[in-house]
Amino acid sequence: MSAAARPLAGKRILVAKPGLDGHDAGAKVIALALRDAGAEVIYTGLRKSPDFIVRAALDEDVAAVGLSILSGSHMELTREVLEGLRRAGAGDVPVFVGGTIPPQDRAALLEAGVKGVFTNDMPVARVIEDLARSLS
Amino acid sequence: MSAVPMPDAPGAKPDTRVATPSGIEVPVVVTRDMTVDADPGLPATYPYTRGIFADGYRGRPWTIRQYSGFGSAEESNQRYRFLLEQGQTGLSVALDLPTQCGYDPDDAMARPEIGKVGVSLFSLSEMETLFEGIDLGAISTSFTINGTAAILYAMYLAAADRQGVPRGKLTGTIQNDILKEYVARGTWIFPVRPSLRLIADSVLYSNDVTPRFNAISIAGAHVRDAGCTAVEEMAYTLANGLAYVDELTRRGGDVARFARRLSFFFYVHMDLFEEACKFRAGRRLWAKLLRERYGVTDDRALHFRFGVVCGGSSLVAAQPYNNIVRVAIENVAAVLGGAQSIFTCAYDEAFQIPTEFSAEIALRTQQIVRHESGIAATVDPLGGSHYVEWLTERMESAMLEVMREIDAYGGVVKAIEDGWLQRRIAARAKERKEATDRGERVVVGQNRFRREAQDDGCGEAFRLDPDVSARVLAKLARVKQNRDAGRVERALDALEAAAATEAENLMPPLIECCHAYATVGEMVSRLKRRWGEFQEPVRL
Repeated sequence: MSAAARPLAGKRILVAKPGLDGHDAGAKVIALALRDAGAEVIYTGLRKSPDFIVRAALDEDVAAVGLSILSGSHMELTREVLEGLRRAGAGDVPVFVGGTIPPQDRAALLEAGVKGVFTNDMPVARVIEDLARSLS
Repeated sequence: MSAVPMPDAPGAKPDTRVATPSGIEVPVVVTRDMTVDADPGLPATYPYTRGIFADGYRGRPWTIRQYSGFGSAEESNQRYRFLLEQGQTGLSVALDLPTQCGYDPDDAMARPEIGKVGVSLFSLSEMETLFEGIDLGAISTSFTINGTAAILYAMYLAAADRQGVPRGKLTGTIQNDILKEYVARGTWIFPVRPSLRLIADSVLYSNDVTPRFNAISIAGAHVRDAGCTAVEEMAYTLANGLAYVDELTRRGGDVARFARRLSFFFYVHMDLFEEACKFRAGRRLWAKLLRERYGVTDDRALHFRFGVVCGGSSLVAAQPYNNIVRVAIENVAAVLGGAQSIFTCAYDEAFQIPTEFSAEIALRTQQIVRHESGIAATVDPLGGSHYVEWLTERMESAMLEVMREIDAYGGVVKAIEDGWLQRRIAARAKERKEATDRGERVVVGQNRFRREAQDDGCGEAFRLDPDVSARVLAKLARVKQNRDAGRVERALDALEAAAATEAENLMPPLIECCHAYATVGEMVSRLKRRWGEFQEPVRL
C-alpha cells in the first residue's frame, strides 16, 4: 500500500478503556481502523485504571494515547491520565478522547490538555487524518 | 433559503438499497407463492408466529417500562415516583457501574463513576431508600444487572422482606445474562463457569420462591448495539438461551418448569419490517428449538416473552430532536413484533442522561402509539402479509444458519472464552461504521440532509448533582458504622464457604448477607477469592 493509504505507518498508538465502562465497540472500530492505516496498535481491553494506562503508555513508548469513555466519567478519568503522564515526564505524549462526550464538555477536555475529541458521528477517515496531522 | 438537498435534487444519490440491514435481499414485490407457508395460523398456537396470547394486547397491554436511575437512591426514588404518577406501568432500574461491576463506592476504580450511568446501590440500605413509598407487592421492577445480578436479586428480596411483602408476590425481572456481557457491555466479574453457576442458582431459587419473577432476561440488545445485525442479534441470543437451558438442566432443573420463566430482551433499530419480523421469527424459532431439542410441550414453557428497547445506537447526536421520530417508528415495530414490555429512549440519550423533559416525551411516545394509533386493536395486524411472512421465513433460516456456525465452532461458551464471538462483532461494528461513513447507511441530519451550521443542540443539558459522590461515600461510612459487624462477618464467611462447591444454592447466604447490610463489594470480594476473575481475551 502507498504511504497515503497508510498515513500512520510506524506509529505506535495505545487505545485504552479507562474506568468501568464496558462499551468497547467504538474503541475496537478505531483500533482496527488505526491498524489498517499502518499504526501498531496496543489495545488495553476493558476496565483499566488511569495508572495502568500511564504505565502502558510508557512501557510501550507510544506516540499517542486514545481514551474511549462512554460512561460520563470522561472529565475525571482523562484528567487523571493527563496528570499521570505529566508526573512521569511524558506530558508531551498526545492524548485523544473518544466516546459519548456532551458538546459542553468538549472544550473543557481540550482545555485540560487533550489534543482532540472524537465522537461517533465523525467519519473514521477524519479521525485518521487528524491523528496523522498531529503526529507528523 | 435552505441548503437542505432534496432527494431528487441534482447530485443527490438515489436510494439503491434493496437489502435489509441484515443483508436479506428484498424483491420489488413479494407474492404468495414465494413463501413456504403463506398462512401463519392463529396466535397462541404453536409455533406462535402471531404471538403467545390469543387476545394480544387487548388482554395484556405491553408494559411501559422506562429505564431510569442516576445519582443516589434518594434522587432515583423521586424520578420513579414522577414516572409512576405520569402513568408508567413498570419500573426499570439503571444501576451505576460500581454496583454493576461489584466495587464499593470507596474503591479507587469506583470513585469517578459513582451514580453516573445509574443509581448507586451498595447495600440494602440503598434498596430500601430507592423504593420508599413504592409498594413492591404492587409494582413490577426490572433490573439491568448481570455480574452482580444474584446479589441485587437477594437485595430486592431482602427489601421486600423489610416492607412485609411476601416474596411470592414479587414480579419483575433481573437481566442476569452474563454470556452477552463477555461479548458486549462488559460488566463481567467472574470467569464464565462460576458465573453460569450463579445464574443457575438464582433461576432455580426464583422458580421456587418468586414464581412470578423472571430471574433471567436473555439479552441480544447489547450485542446488537455493539454492531451486529438483527439476524445475528436473535441468533446469538437464542444460542445463549440454549446454553442456559443446558446449564440449568445439568444442575437438575426441569426445563418444562424453568423455561416458563425465561425471558428475552432486544433492541429495535430503524428497519420497521425487519425488526417486526425478527420477533416473529425469533418467537417461533425458540418454540421449535425447545420442542425439538428438549421435548418441551407445555405451552407456557414454549412461550417466547420479551422486552425491547427502542433507540440506543440508532439515535444520533446530530439534530437530536429527530430521534423522537426514530423512537416512534421503532416503538411501532416493537408492537407489531408483539413485545411484552417496551422502553423508549429519550431523544438526548445519545449523549446524556435524559432530563425530566426528554424522559416525559419518551413516555408520551408510547402512550400515543398505544392510545391514539389503533395499533393494539387486533392481534398481529401484519400476519398474512406476503412480505412479512416471506421476510419472517428468510430471517428464521438466516438465524439458524448463524446458530449452526456457532455450533460448528464448538458452542457459544467456547466462542466467548476464545474471543471468537467478540472479534466477529467488532468486525461487524467496523462494517457498520464504514457503511455509515460512505453514506450507504443513511442517517438523516448526520450523513444525509446535513445543513451547514445546523443546530445540534438539545435544549436542556442534564447535570448530575456534583455532590452525589460525597453523599454516597458518607452513607457508606454510616452503614458500615451502624451494622452488626459480627453478623456481617458470619454471613460473608457462610457465603464464601457455600461458593466452594455446587452443593448449596448461593441465594440463601446472599440474602442473609444483604439483611446484615454487607456491601456489594464485600460479597463480590469473597466470591472472587474462591473463583478468581474473568481474563478478557483482548486480541483484536
